[in-house]
Amino acid sequence: MLKIQQLHKSYPIGDSSLHVLKGIDLNVEEGEMVAIMGSSGSGKSTLLNIIGILDEADSGEYILDGLPIKNLTEKKAAVYRNKFLGFIFQSFNLINYKTALENVALPLYYQGMKRKERQEKAMFHLDKVGLANWAKHLPKELSGGQKQRVAIARALAANPKLLLADEPTGALDTKTSHDIMAFIQKLNDEGKTILMVTHEEDIANMCKRIVRLRDGVIMEDTKVNQVRAEQYV
Amino acid sequence: MFDLDLWREIFQSINKNRTRSLLSGFTVTFAILLFAILFGIANGLKNTFKEAFGTDANNSIIIFPGRTSIAHKGNQVGKRIQFKNEDRDFILDKFGDKVQFFTSKVNKNLNASFQGEKNTYEVRGVYPEYMFIENNVVKDGRYINQHDIENRAKVVVIGQVVENELFYKVNPIGKYINLGGIPYKVVGVFTDDEGDNEEKVIYMPISTTQFIYGNNDFVDLMHLTYNPEMNSDQALAFGNSIKRSLKEKFEVARNDQRAIRLFNMAQGTKQADIMTFSLTVIILVIGFGTLIAGIVGISNIMIFIVKERTKEIGIRKALGASPRSIVSIILIESIIITAVAGYIGLLAGVGVLELVGPSLEVYFIKDPGVSNSLVIGATITLVIAGAIAGYLPAKKASKIKPIVALRND
Repeated sequence: MLKIQQLHKSYPIGDSSLHVLKGIDLNVEEGEMVAIMGSSGSGKSTLLNIIGILDEADSGEYILDGLPIKNLTEKKAAVYRNKFLGFIFQSFNLINYKTALENVALPLYYQGMKRKERQEKAMFHLDKVGLANWAKHLPKELSGGQKQRVAIARALAANPKLLLADEPTGALDTKTSHDIMAFIQKLNDEGKTILMVTHEEDIANMCKRIVRLRDGVIMEDTKVNQVRAEQYV
Repeated sequence: MFDLDLWREIFQSINKNRTRSLLSGFTVTFAILLFAILFGIANGLKNTFKEAFGTDANNSIIIFPGRTSIAHKGNQVGKRIQFKNEDRDFILDKFGDKVQFFTSKVNKNLNASFQGEKNTYEVRGVYPEYMFIENNVVKDGRYINQHDIENRAKVVVIGQVVENELFYKVNPIGKYINLGGIPYKVVGVFTDDEGDNEEKVIYMPISTTQFIYGNNDFVDLMHLTYNPEMNSDQALAFGNSIKRSLKEKFEVARNDQRAIRLFNMAQGTKQADIMTFSLTVIILVIGFGTLIAGIVGISNIMIFIVKERTKEIGIRKALGASPRSIVSIILIESIIITAVAGYIGLLAGVGVLELVGPSLEVYFIKDPGVSNSLVIGATITLVIAGAIAGYLPAKKASKIKPIVALRND
């Protein structure tokens, strides 16, 4: 599903440059649920951005679902993001003047889907996250957990191969966090590949594999026994 | 461009940010309002000029004789200049190709009567061409013709006012009117747009007037129109050369300003042309200035809008929005705001002109208004202006990097 070899990335800072990723090798198979951990500055967000085609590596190889991701035009990158990737952010990143339904339908709009079809599909996914009754509400009328569910529905709407989550529970209280994690686990059970950046041990332990980064290299890559989130709910 | 969903997106964005959109549109509305009013006023001034010249041919040259003020070639100061019939041939021989119509004229004031009704009228002995020079319209019968001139026919054409005053409920055509004791057959009635004074006149073949009231070939003045294809500079030069030749013919000093006077409409036309031209330039400069101010204002606010929406644009890009779709959203939003705001300004301007227009006539502003072609032109200009105003911000928006926009801060 995902193959990364000798990935390097550095950012210029004034005259010198900051070497953030120093040769990352990572393979993710279909159906995996991977947590990327590390302290701030370890390069975990940069890695996620490169995997999410929001940023480009300086050198190394990145193959997503058999497609090499290199020197893409902006247009092509947009198409790939839309087709292959679903994003879940710490701060939800919903568009505040659009209703929950419209937010979920947005990736489908960029796919060129017809309005009616789009809305039906968006409604289906909203129902899946249990928010069918909140379809006409604006983000500001929703709680944090509900907002993240809308974001998950939006990430799922285009039926992506890979779900990327950047600290999906970072802005939520413990109970809501477990709620969301239970839902993400359910998605993984259904076969969705999930990659998640987190710095919380208990959240990471709810994945099936933990990759630990430090100073731009992978320190540890272990399979773990998944802790089910339902037991806390 | 005609993607319904794109429009829906744009209207949603405009609608959700109503205050912001209103404020950005306001500059343009005001600019166009000002422009429309100024333009209308300038048009009004132009109309006033036009009307001042009336319906007389505005390519007229009138030549009056006078008395010499400088002794020349043995002639004393104060010699009277008398035009004669031959002067017409003199001018036509020399300048025929530049003359459109020509008439010599003899003026008399005579008592007129018909069946007991009496009054005094100005009687003008003229050539048939006079009809075109004065822009007379024959209402009944006919005008004076060449045949009348050759036969010194005792016929007259009377103005509408003369008809009303002397011929009460009688058709004057074919009737005989008494002028200074001599009967003349009325062959026509004419009207003149310039009003009562010009319709209170009786026309007669010039040969008849000369024969009956002096038995000479004297002419009071000469009136001609120059070829309308000449511009005002050429026409002024033409007038001067006529004057020079006549001065030579009558042995008048070149610098004698009184012996032969020539009134050339081109003088006024030229001044009016210069005035209208400078007015147009001023209006255009002001118009463009205000429009540019409006564009800069919109552009400014759109840049701010893009900055404000950085995160949203980043989200859209992360969800698969192409740079092109981002550009269209910003560009079309800018065009819509500019066009709608401008159009409101234009309508308001036209409205103001309609409302206060009639009361402005005192200030020499007649029928101020904005033409349809200007409205269409302005609309197109506004759309282009909106595109220009939106271009930079849209370009900026399309360059937004999603990771920068989505950074948690």
